[in-house]
Amino acid sequence: MTATDTGSSDIAGAAPNGPRRRTRHRTRIVNRKPSRSAAIFLGLLPFLVVVVVYAVASADRLAVNPQDRLLPSIGQMWETFRTYAFTPDQRTGNYLLWTDTFSSLKRLFLGIVISGALALSLGISIGFLPMVRAGLAPFVAAISLIPPLAVLPILFLLLGLGDTAKVALIVIGIAPIMVRSVSRSVSEIPEEQIIKAETLGASTWQMITRLALPQAMPPLFNALRLGLGPAWIFLISAEGIQATDGLGYRIFLVRRYLAMDVILPYVAWITLIAYLIDLSLRLTARRMFRWAYPKGAGL
Amino acid sequence: MSRVTVDGLFMEYDRTPILERISLEVASGTFCAIVGASGCGKSTFLRLLLSQERPTRGVIRIDGDEIAPEPTPDRGIVFQRYSVFPHLTVCGNLTLAAELKRSRLVGRLFGAARRREKDAISDTLRKIGLWDARNRYPAQLSGGMQQRLAIAQALVMKPKVLLLDEPFGALDPGIRADMHDILLTLWRETRMTVFMVTHDIKEAFKLGNRVLVFDKVRHDPQHPAAYGATITYDLLLDRNRRKAPDAADRSGPDLAGSVH
Ligand SMILES: Nc1ncnc2c1ncn2[C@@H]1O[C@H](COP(=O)(O)OP(=O)(O)OP(=O)(O)O)[C@@H](O)[C@H]1O
Ligand SMILES: [Mg+2]
Repeated sequence: MTATDTGSSDIAGAAPNGPRRRTRHRTRIVNRKPSRSAAIFLGLLPFLVVVVVYAVASADRLAVNPQDRLLPSIGQMWETFRTYAFTPDQRTGNYLLWTDTFSSLKRLFLGIVISGALALSLGISIGFLPMVRAGLAPFVAAISLIPPLAVLPILFLLLGLGDTAKVALIVIGIAPIMVRSVSRSVSEIPEEQIIKAETLGASTWQMITRLALPQAMPPLFNALRLGLGPAWIFLISAEGIQATDGLGYRIFLVRRYLAMDVILPYVAWITLIAYLIDLSLRLTARRMFRWAYPKGAGL
Repeated sequence: MSRVTVDGLFMEYDRTPILERISLEVASGTFCAIVGASGCGKSTFLRLLLSQERPTRGVIRIDGDEIAPEPTPDRGIVFQRYSVFPHLTVCGNLTLAAELKRSRLVGRLFGAARRREKDAISDTLRKIGLWDARNRYPAQLSGGMQQRLAIAQALVMKPKVLLLDEPFGALDPGIRADMHDILLTLWRETRMTVFMVTHDIKEAFKLGNRVLVFDKVRHDPQHPAAYGATITYDLLLDRNRRKAPDAADRSGPDLAGSVH
């Protein structure tokens, strides 16, 4: 490691000991920042390591037993993935990857949108209106403690085996925490601002539309991003337990044939989709609520 | 006209008296500076004037009428912090009051109506030196700029009484002097009654033409919290400031008049 000596060299040069005894200033590690390209390289490194380790392990197993199914080669997984994506299924004539993706995303988006709407409306009411807070906050807190998967059988019994039960599971799973996080943000709006709005002649409704709603939007997007992780868990679980299509359904179906060459690409595919949704939520929030991200720093 | 009368005001928090026996008559257009030890109840007094809190006993009247039990546009407020809305630009902060008034349903104007309100505040923006920053958000402003915005925002409603709670407490001394000039100019133009809490005695005597000192007069050594504070000194400074408004009226455009 080379130590940077910016600035300190002038002072050292002017010191009575002369230029030979340059004090080399060692920057603390906390102050060393990678360059942009170095940052990209460092970011990619762990991915590369995982891929290489997998490739070596897979090659080892396949060398001992070419029929091994647990760690298929990367080329084989790519072939299977292409088949799922671009060859119609013999039985149904569907392109399985796309029908699975479409079914899953439809359920996920419905769940997320309904939860988001609940988080916004209930979150603002609970966070802003003391009367509603007194009435609903304990209820929402109690609901959020219910283990969602425990009510899945009830949902299947009540709502049938179709999409409704799966969407309901997602909503029950993530809406309560989203409501709570939005309502906490709204209740943390400084009292000074509410007083100020009153002195500007705002009615309660106007304070909701012009003060609480806009300030609830960045927290809502945060809540959506945080809710997405659990939403995927509930979606995959519900699909694995009872479905006729979907990404989770496929993974649980092919598990019976030890088809790791399907499962692993599907997991990677789900991860990629989850990443893209998160990224788009983050960028949308940045663009739409510039006031909340003054320097564009942080996540 | 905005004469403020305080009559027999007592304020207790959890049975601890904070303020006691405050009676006061403040003529319209007075600049009242309030000083006193930390924690003696200066902010509490402003909160009572604003109806952010209700007194335990006593009444406050403006021009003979008891003040409303909740904050209303006849009393403007500037806090030390958090006075402006972080999600609105400088322009948006200043047009908000008009938007709330014109659009009762959503409190928002669009198109031509919105442009008209924007034009209406352009004089104000220049006067407080925020013209170039008009499209910035508060987080992108310095502390002094934010407080200038907060003062202008409070004045948009042409309140009868302007309340300032250590508005310059977080600013460094150089900027304070500029802020004093702006505040005095605005005060002379609008002829409001001003109550300003400050920790800086010099500031109090520079700005105010009446200085109120809050302190405890009764002490119980066994129970330091047994008694509340009251006004111990009430200094009327004769500085001919009362004449100034007329002169300023003729010379410059009226700030509050250029804004609705
Ligand atoms: N909501 C409250 N509940 C109970 N006590 C309170 C409350 N608000 C203020 N107090 C008490 O009232 C007293 C006066 O508070 P206040 O904020 O008015 O003081 P202050 O004169 O403005 O002080 P400072 O100069 O530090 O701002 C303090 O002792 C404080 O502890
Ligand atoms: Mg105070």
